[in-house]
Amino acid sequence: MLDVSSQAGSSLPAPLLSAVSISKRYGDFLANDGIDLDLFPAEIHALLGENGAGKSTLVKVMYGLIQPSGGELRWKGQKVVLSGPSEARALGIGMVFQHFSLFENLTVAENVALGLPPKESFAAISARLAETARLYGLPLDPKREVWRLSVGERQRIEIVRALMQNPKLLILDEPTAVLTPQEADQLFIVLERLKNEGRAILYISHKLEEVKRLCDTATILRLGKKVATCNPRQETAASLARMMVGAEIGEVKVPAARTAAAPRLLIHKLTLEPDDPHGTRLKDITLEVCGGEIVGVAGVAGNGQDELFAALSGERHAASAGAIVIDGRAAGHLNVNDRRRMGAAFVPEERLGHGTAPRMKLSENALLTGHAASGMVKGGFISKIAMLAHVDRTTKSFDVRKAKRDPEAVSLSGGNLQKFVVGREILRDPGILVVSQPTWGVDAGAAAVIRQALVDLAGRGSAVLVISQDLDELTEIADRIAVMFHGKLSPPLEAAQATRERLGLLMGGADPAAREDEEEAKHAVGA
Amino acid sequence: MQLVLERRPERSAVIAIASPLIAVALTIVTFAALFAIMGKDPLVAIYVYFIEPLTDPFTLQEIAVKATPLVMIAVGLALCYIANIWNIGAEGQFIVGAVCGSWLAVRTNGTDVGHWVLPAMLVLGALGGALYALIPAICRVYFGASEILTSLMLVYVANYGMDYLVRGPWRDPQGLNFPTTAAFDPAASIPTLFEGGRMHVGSIITLIVVMLATVLLGRTIRGFEIRVVGAAPRAARFSGFNADRLVLLTFAISGALAGLAGIIEVAGPIGHLDPGVSSNLGFTAIIVAFLGRLNPGGILIAGLFLALTFIGGEGAQISLKVPLDVTKVFQGILLFYVLACDSLIVYRIRLLRSVRKVAHAAS
Repeated sequence: MLDVSSQAGSSLPAPLLSAVSISKRYGDFLANDGIDLDLFPAEIHALLGENGAGKSTLVKVMYGLIQPSGGELRWKGQKVVLSGPSEARALGIGMVFQHFSLFENLTVAENVALGLPPKESFAAISARLAETARLYGLPLDPKREVWRLSVGERQRIEIVRALMQNPKLLILDEPTAVLTPQEADQLFIVLERLKNEGRAILYISHKLEEVKRLCDTATILRLGKKVATCNPRQETAASLARMMVGAEIGEVKVPAARTAAAPRLLIHKLTLEPDDPHGTRLKDITLEVCGGEIVGVAGVAGNGQDELFAALSGERHAASAGAIVIDGRAAGHLNVNDRRRMGAAFVPEERLGHGTAPRMKLSENALLTGHAASGMVKGGFISKIAMLAHVDRTTKSFDVRKAKRDPEAVSLSGGNLQKFVVGREILRDPGILVVSQPTWGVDAGAAAVIRQALVDLAGRGSAVLVISQDLDELTEIADRIAVMFHGKLSPPLEAAQATRERLGLLMGGADPAAREDEEEAKHAVGA
Repeated sequence: MQLVLERRPERSAVIAIASPLIAVALTIVTFAALFAIMGKDPLVAIYVYFIEPLTDPFTLQEIAVKATPLVMIAVGLALCYIANIWNIGAEGQFIVGAVCGSWLAVRTNGTDVGHWVLPAMLVLGALGGALYALIPAICRVYFGASEILTSLMLVYVANYGMDYLVRGPWRDPQGLNFPTTAAFDPAASIPTLFEGGRMHVGSIITLIVVMLATVLLGRTIRGFEIRVVGAAPRAARFSGFNADRLVLLTFAISGALAGLAGIIEVAGPIGHLDPGVSSNLGFTAIIVAFLGRLNPGGILIAGLFLALTFIGGEGAQISLKVPLDVTKVFQGILLFYVLACDSLIVYRIRLLRSVRKVAHAAS
């Protein structure tokens, strides 16, 4: 597009960091193809793109984690070679990763100290940590163990850790993917403030509304190439999405009125002790999901969603068989395969390691959940033909993009693997589908495909339960939304009444019943 | 210039096959250097170790005899190791299998009760090995004890148990006080394959075991279970597989195979029970399992190769006048290189910067 020439001629201040024609080749695959990018002080610059567009590769080059195959980086106009993150940090580049690298059993201060050069005493680091946290309004108790903290608080550690090095450029990879609306708002205040201090911020996100609201400039990548650099405030979410995907994104079509039939999944007074000391106890959970409807479970991560999923899938057994009823049959004591044979299907939150075996082929991962209730196993012998056929069908129906017919799961991008994991279950035409974080860290295109598939499945008469932290997602597709807090589930709200404010309050435990439990309330949500 | 290990996007199928070959090549080079330092001609040493045994029908049979127990034990161990379960005690299971089978041979010695003796001995041997292997498995499942330690320690228990038997109640009255049982009757001995040869039916049984294990791992849901539990435990639980049950199962299978190898060895080439029956086959089989990439077919080749080094080592002892321990040195170096080369399946080595620029300029 025209932007490069127009910028070159303008009288903008000198860029802090420039990527000049950066290319990165993996074998025959060009992850980055001649990308130019200028980051200016006191500017929040968004990096947009679908999964596999090359955002992470570009950012890793800029942080010195990988070496470009071509092109160069310029720091304040001078060519630099970053042979590692420590050199990037020495220049003044800080990074907050999407996946936190924290030791759960260490305290906040210990985690921060581990990432810093051992020049400073531990006491000095603790003091500086508390000071930085206070200065930026990111409350953190340095003495707290990480496992006690919410996801939002854990992210604060990563941000404070980066800020303690006083970076001139801060790179954030999908920072709001794990936050509630309220937490995201708090983060934006901090980012605005950093910008006003003259720092450059590179902000990677899929959430277009967020980018429009927060960012001054946006660079859009598609298939390893730069599509455009633009001002997101002058674009619409639809036009940004079009540039990202290279085509129109179909909106999720939700039928105006769905006819909910008989209840197909019943949870009745489900109480479950956690199986590890960091887990959450489920208390008296009651919910019914009817055929033809989607029920959403909202809530901040770590409030018992994982435990609820495990109890529903049968990875953990309920105390009483009647606590979970599938199509009229008590299922609380049945294992995951018995439940699958009854027509239930499950999609866990973790794509890699839980939903799939990362180093196994897709066909084997089709077998992973399909062996109990499909034609893939006959008399103890597995049928590779049936497995591959299932992969091919999933690939076709859900537009799973991959390098070859049957690659290892880990080689797929997040969005494509998620389409595979969801598609794998939906193609079995389950009567009941329980899915956790269906579009977590997934690009707009893949998310639309997945949400449409969930809506269509409910339209065919299945009961769908969606556990998600993404309120936009739930309000878009769910008929009713309940909120989890401290292992308790609120009564579901009709979608029309489930405003962001009301849900946000329930997520924070502002329910009268939850307030009785003051001691525990402090424990999970934090300050 | 900088050397880096870079993660491959996907496991390299080529390197997975080439890795053991690279390891063998590196080992032979190191080995040759070692001989050169010792003042022997490296080429002669390589010939004596790796070529000469292949030129003689007698030593060829010896290689098969030696490889038979190694391969059988290693196949069982591979099933454990694939599932990320660590049975280090095959040596003990081998001995207990040998002892259990020998019990029948000793009891029926000289009675000429019939042809059922040998099959019954094989069953007893396998059963004994399996039960003995279940001890560490049960300790792990019910008490959380590390199976690595318990299975290893039980090797010594088995060893001393056998020692007691052959020095005490089972000692051959006509054995001039040597710690050995009487030679087994023909009905209690493994038949040889050729008249006057040493190769025996055990080799055929081993081949069948290799084939069954190949089918089990590649074609059955149980084999898939073994692979998933090892590769991704949480995904395995989501798949409905029970990891505890698999610990019991794989230990039982590997114990049975080690026990079977034990009784075949005793009832075959050795012909009686004495304290030296094993000569560490159960430990050497660990090298075989890894050299064979935990793949039954690969283990067959690896077992034959290791057997070659044993036989070549005996030849070298005579013609090069080097100690038999040199063979153990060789095997140690080999295991070292195998594990090192395995990292190349998931990672690749790259030269960074200056070297690459030269390459660009040249091209």
